[in-house]
Amino acid sequence: MKDKIVLAAELGSGDELKRCIEILRGLGLTRFDAFTPYEVEGLQELLCVRRSRLPWLVLAAALAGGGGAYLLEWWINVVSYPLDIGGRPLHSAPAFLPIMFEMAVLFGSLAALISALVLGGLPSLWHPMFEVEGFRSVTDDGFWLAVGADDAALDRATATAALEAAGARRVVWLGAPS
Amino acid sequence: MGADVLIGRPSDHALNEQLLSTTWRPFTRGWKILFAVCGALTLLLCSLITLTVLRGIGLWGNNIPNAWAFGIINFVWWIGIGHAGTFISAILLVLEQNWRTSINRFTEGMTLFAVMQAGLFPLLHLGRPWFAYWLFPYPSVMGTWPQVRSALPWDAAAVSTYFLVSLMFWYLGLVPDLAGLRDRSPTRRRRIIYGIFALGWRGSVQQWRHHKVAYMLLAGIATPLVLSVHSIVSLDFAITGLPGWHSTIFPPFFVAGAIFSGFALVLTLIIPARRWFKLENVITLRHFDLMAKMVLIMSWIATYSYIAEIFLAWYSGDKFEIYQQIMFRPFGFYAWTFWTMIFCNCIATQLLWSGRMRRNLKVLWVLSLLINLGMWLERFEIIVVSLSHDFLPSSWHAYMPTWVDIGLLAGTLGFFGLLFLLFLRFIPFVPIAEMKQMRCELARKEAA
Repeated sequence: MKDKIVLAAELGSGDELKRCIEILRGLGLTRFDAFTPYEVEGLQELLCVRRSRLPWLVLAAALAGGGGAYLLEWWINVVSYPLDIGGRPLHSAPAFLPIMFEMAVLFGSLAALISALVLGGLPSLWHPMFEVEGFRSVTDDGFWLAVGADDAALDRATATAALEAAGARRVVWLGAPS
Repeated sequence: MGADVLIGRPSDHALNEQLLSTTWRPFTRGWKILFAVCGALTLLLCSLITLTVLRGIGLWGNNIPNAWAFGIINFVWWIGIGHAGTFISAILLVLEQNWRTSINRFTEGMTLFAVMQAGLFPLLHLGRPWFAYWLFPYPSVMGTWPQVRSALPWDAAAVSTYFLVSLMFWYLGLVPDLAGLRDRSPTRRRRIIYGIFALGWRGSVQQWRHHKVAYMLLAGIATPLVLSVHSIVSLDFAITGLPGWHSTIFPPFFVAGAIFSGFALVLTLIIPARRWFKLENVITLRHFDLMAKMVLIMSWIATYSYIAEIFLAWYSGDKFEIYQQIMFRPFGFYAWTFWTMIFCNCIATQLLWSGRMRRNLKVLWVLSLLINLGMWLERFEIIVVSLSHDFLPSSWHAYMPTWVDIGLLAGTLGFFGLLFLLFLRFIPFVPIAEMKQMRCELARKEAA
């Protein structure tokens, strides 16, 4: 959900959050996002989030790192700066493996960290949800639900009533009243 | 079985308050005294590093044939200590052991700071530390490159990768809890600082989705990494021809010893920290029981390796090996280090067969100090004792450390302590989001 948020609600647990999403979906709403203190089991499936493609990025980076390291080692030892050490072969694969492995690990890890942050929209020190009163509880014990502004089916009175009936601790409307 | 990894079922809010509050509780006098001691030792370290750089490593006790001594012993000891941190945080995560949850950040912190100490020694040992970058490939105007068929560039790659990967793993796990501090810290200044490091984390579905996958992947990647690092360190020794070094048992022997000493240091640190910060409900006796079992297993692997070394020396028929392993180590000039090592690493640890001892924190703490000592002596055994009596009796020479050697070791202990004390004060060292999730899962299992 990249655009404006109009409705935010705080729930007391992951299960309540999931139930609320289903209730609002029953009212015809489709544009949801959820913010939780820890990963809630089943939430991704409920919001139909696709599997993360991060592992592919990590694999590509690890292969590039390892392959690049091997090539560099070969080029250093065989082409650019060959040193004859007791007549041992210049292109000596077993001796090239440790650095190749380490570089595969290093580049794979860098890719994992950077893509986890970038794909998750970080770093971004500001987000519309930070303007919502009480959103601080999201790292404590608050499970937050947000509905996007472009959700045509959103009706203020019904949605509020449904959320309150489902046990929402707090229902916040943002922007102009609809 | 997993029930008592968390005593009680505190609410999310209660966990949050308890575990974050370690960062804003007032400083206790004990902390200040320790900080002063560690600060003084850090100053000693800085002065001795300056002195070593100015005057050269002639200030150390190293001399041919003992070209490697305290510097490398300390390097191997410190880097080995780090391994338990990665073992707990990565390998136990992959194996889905939930008892790692409350102690993983603590041990990762230990890993990072231990690797920092380790890195100092090879740098200083170069004699000209300002040329340390020669270890890395860069297009030099001299047209030279590192010799990548030597074990030393492998070591440089392994140790620097290990540090960076540990740091990334640690930071990735930390981001949600830094956001927790951003939202909860008592002062505005703290909220701003933690907020910057939290990068704007808001726990959205997208963020958790990628975070979870990346965290598991990093754990999966760190698993072979931790096994590779000490293996590569051991190759520094094993690919030479020196009696006592030239052995195929070295990589697994080193890795087991590393995890052994690391678990010991975890115990040394976590027993007082748990008490000072009153974390008895999240770091329970079950954690200690399991860690003690790991120590016992690693102790047996070490014992097996000591026996295998002696057997292989005899079986090889190589008279230098036989002399080194069967005569010189147990009965020579340094025999007391050998027997102290055997006592600390093989005999004292047998107490842990008893469940009562595994849950007796005083016994565990004393034992952990003994193991730290024993593992340091093991590296002394491998490095100094092997080097001092190699092939020709005419080149044998005993080694004695100088005050600079001892001061540098003490200084790194202080610097490590300093970093660790700061870590305990400014970073939530029990992972909060993970604890809440574990509590939620435990509650669900109990309900089912």
